[in-house]
This record gives sequence, C-alpha cells and structure tokens, in this order.
Amino acid sequence: MIAVVERCMHCGACVGSCPSNAIYLNEVILSFNSDCTKCGRCVKVCPVGAIRMEAGD
Amino acid sequence: MVDGKYDVIVVGAGPAGSMTAKHAAQKGASVLMIEKRQEIGSPVRCGEGISKASLDEVGIKPDKRWIAAEVDGAKIVSPSGHVFTINERMAGNEVGMVLERVLFDKALAADAANAGAEIKVKTSAVGLKIENGKVRGVKVISHGEPMEFEAGCVVGADGFESQIGRWGGLDTNLKPNDITSCFQYRLTNVDHDFRYCEFIIGSAAPGGYIWIFPKDEYTANVGIGVLLSKIKSPGQVKQLLDRFIAKDERLNKGQPLDAVSGAVSVSPPPDKLVKDGLLLVGDAARIIDPITGGGIAHACISGMHAGKVLGEAAQEKDFSEARLMEYENLLRNRLENKLWRNWMAKEKLITLSDETFDKIIQTLAEVGVEKMSVGNILKVIKSRHPELVKEFEDLI
Repeated sequence: MIAVVERCMHCGACVGSCPSNAIYLNEVILSFNSDCTKCGRCVKVCPVGAIRMEAGD
Repeated sequence: MVDGKYDVIVVGAGPAGSMTAKHAAQKGASVLMIEKRQEIGSPVRCGEGISKASLDEVGIKPDKRWIAAEVDGAKIVSPSGHVFTINERMAGNEVGMVLERVLFDKALAADAANAGAEIKVKTSAVGLKIENGKVRGVKVISHGEPMEFEAGCVVGADGFESQIGRWGGLDTNLKPNDITSCFQYRLTNVDHDFRYCEFIIGSAAPGGYIWIFPKDEYTANVGIGVLLSKIKSPGQVKQLLDRFIAKDERLNKGQPLDAVSGAVSVSPPPDKLVKDGLLLVGDAARIIDPITGGGIAHACISGMHAGKVLGEAAQEKDFSEARLMEYENLLRNRLENKLWRNWMAKEKLITLSDETFDKIIQTLAEVGVEKMSVGNILKVIKSRHPELVKEFEDLI
C-alpha cells in the first residue's frame, strides 16, 4: 500500500506526475484511488520524500 | 439540480486563470472562477522571477505593491565557480524582476472581478459533468458543500497538478524526463548579491539548477529543481538543496521564512489543448519554458488569448472544439516553436558533464556576448570549443 507521511507539503508534485491520474489532493488531504498501479513515480518525484510504498494492499 | 450556469467556469485562480477570467468577462461573458485554496496566491509555489518584457506583452502594468525586487541581470554559475553575468545591455527588456506572488495573484484576480467575473475560494473541482462526450460543467465542493455548475466551457487553469484536462479526455501526462521536482526556502539573513538573479548549474542540481532570486537586501528565494529521471532516492531534492545551503557561506546563516515544494513540466506542448466545452491554460497546458522552468509569463499569455476567444465564443454561443481552436492556434503561433526549440536544447543540456558546463560558462564569461540569443551564445562557444557546439547546431 501507499503511505503518506507527515512531512507532506501538499504541493501536488505527485498529482501532476501520476501517469494514471490516481491521486487527488484536497488542499491538505492526499488520497489514492483504485486506478493506482503502484508504479512508484510519486515516491520518486516527491521533493521531500513523503510518500512510501509499504508491503501489503 | 444545478447551482448556477455560466458561459465560462475557470478552475484555478493563478495568473492563467485570472487572465482568462478577466478577458472573457471584459467581452461580456458570464464567468465564475473557483480556487481550491482559502487564499488566492498562497502558499506561493514559485521562484517568482519574470522579465519586464513579458508583463508588457500581456498588458499588466508593473505595480510596486507586488514587485519585491528589480534586478540588473542574471548570473549563471558553473560547477567550479565560473560566472557568466548577463546584464541589461545584453538582455534588454528581458531583464527580470522578482514578484511578490501572494499579492500579484490577488491583483490579477481583482482585475478579473473588476471586469465582472465571480470568484469562489475554498472551492475544489471534484469532477466534470460530461454528457454525450461533451463537457457541460463542473462538480465542486465549496466550503465543504457539494455543488454543481453548468458551463459553456470549463477552463483548466489548475496548474502542474492539473486534473481537469485528463478528466475531460485531454492527454497531459508527462514523461519522467519532462518533469522537474522542486523545493525552495525563502531565506532571510543571507548575504547574496541582491542586484542579480543567480542560477547554479551542474551536478548540484542534476538536470536542473539551483536558484537564488533576491526578495530584498537580506532575503532571497533559494530553490532547486531536479529532473525526475535523475532523482536517485525519495526526498533527494530537499536534501540536495539543504546540502548546497550548508556549504555556501552567503547562505548558511540564513533562516527560512517559508518552505515550499512543487513540480514543473519541462515538456513539449501537448497535442491538443481544447475539446468541445473544455480548454487548458497555464501550467495545466504544459507550456512552461523547458529551459528556465519559468511559467508565469506563458500562463499570462495563454490566459489572455483564451479569455478573448472565450468572450467572443460566448457572444456566438459556440463553445465547440472548432471554435476554441482559435485559441489553440493563437497560442501555438506565439509559443510552439520556442517551446520545441527549448525542449530540444534541454534534452541536450541534461546530458552535459560538470566539466563541459565549466568550459561553456568560462568561455561565455571571458569572451562575452554582445546581445543575448541562442545563436549568439553558440557562436561564442564555437569560437573556442567547436566540438561542444556540434550537437546544438541544428537549434540555430
């Protein structure tokens, strides 16, 4: 599963980079929908390293 | 049930959105502009640099209230410290200023309101209303309440993170080589040269650069952009900037007044920017300059053209793709060649080594450039290092 940690700055770098348009940012709340393919691009693009891929669904 | 009906609904109240709203409203269109944040212009996600010439082009009169600093030029710094200084004599009206975006964005939104546009803040678009493949309006959550609005045309001015286009079937997906991840502090108590915008190139910021843009004598926007395809580990972008600041004696006593992150596209323009009832402007349209990562000027240009075309389309009650193509054609005539050329140049620049950057900047610093242009720069480099220019020659 994908986890967002507290250092998230709500900037939307992940939203615009997501090739499946699976991320939604409502001011400060980041959510992933079922279109997410766990490609990991958001993990890499995040300027502060706030997104992590963890084991399990 | 529908909560309102407009000719044009603009999603996003940055410079592109406000310029669109202003010009459409000036031509008599009914316009609603929505902004997901509770304050237009804040938080700033931008280095805030722009040239004087680009404001002239879009009819925005410089106003002391939103100009933080006017600079004499730019300094390009190579990895081992060679400095090429671009002054006003070489750059003409392209010389820059550093904005106060929190106030600049509000001033442009106020212009839109003054022209007759309605504005809603703390109002997020959550989806499009689509009927028979045509965009008919937008679903929003406004101050926590779900609402629906109908529109002749929905304008995606929703920035780098744009979803409006993709929800409506316009492909704005980017390749990893065309995305730059950014982090910036506004640092005070720094000892920078406040007469110049500074760009540090090379492996300090792989595939991008570090910038020091003065806000005042003691304060500067100090930021970094790194190409996504060159990022090696999560969080590396902030780490690279922190490391640079710690080593730089002018900056390492600086204290942050804010920290912002974000991303910019450094891509060629997308194949399509309009559909029936849908149009994209600004960063959402992927029209950022791929060399500088600058987006404000192009955003204003796209908003101006879009607003004018939408105003006329509203009078004709025709928001078809064929009608909106006038906007796309105007924008492509103005920007397409530049965006492609700068994208191709970027594709080459990201392959250069620190050693090569040193040679190039040292040559430019020593020989000098009479008048700034890609052609003139290449001529100067060729005079000493013909081998370096070979790959770039098709750009002249």
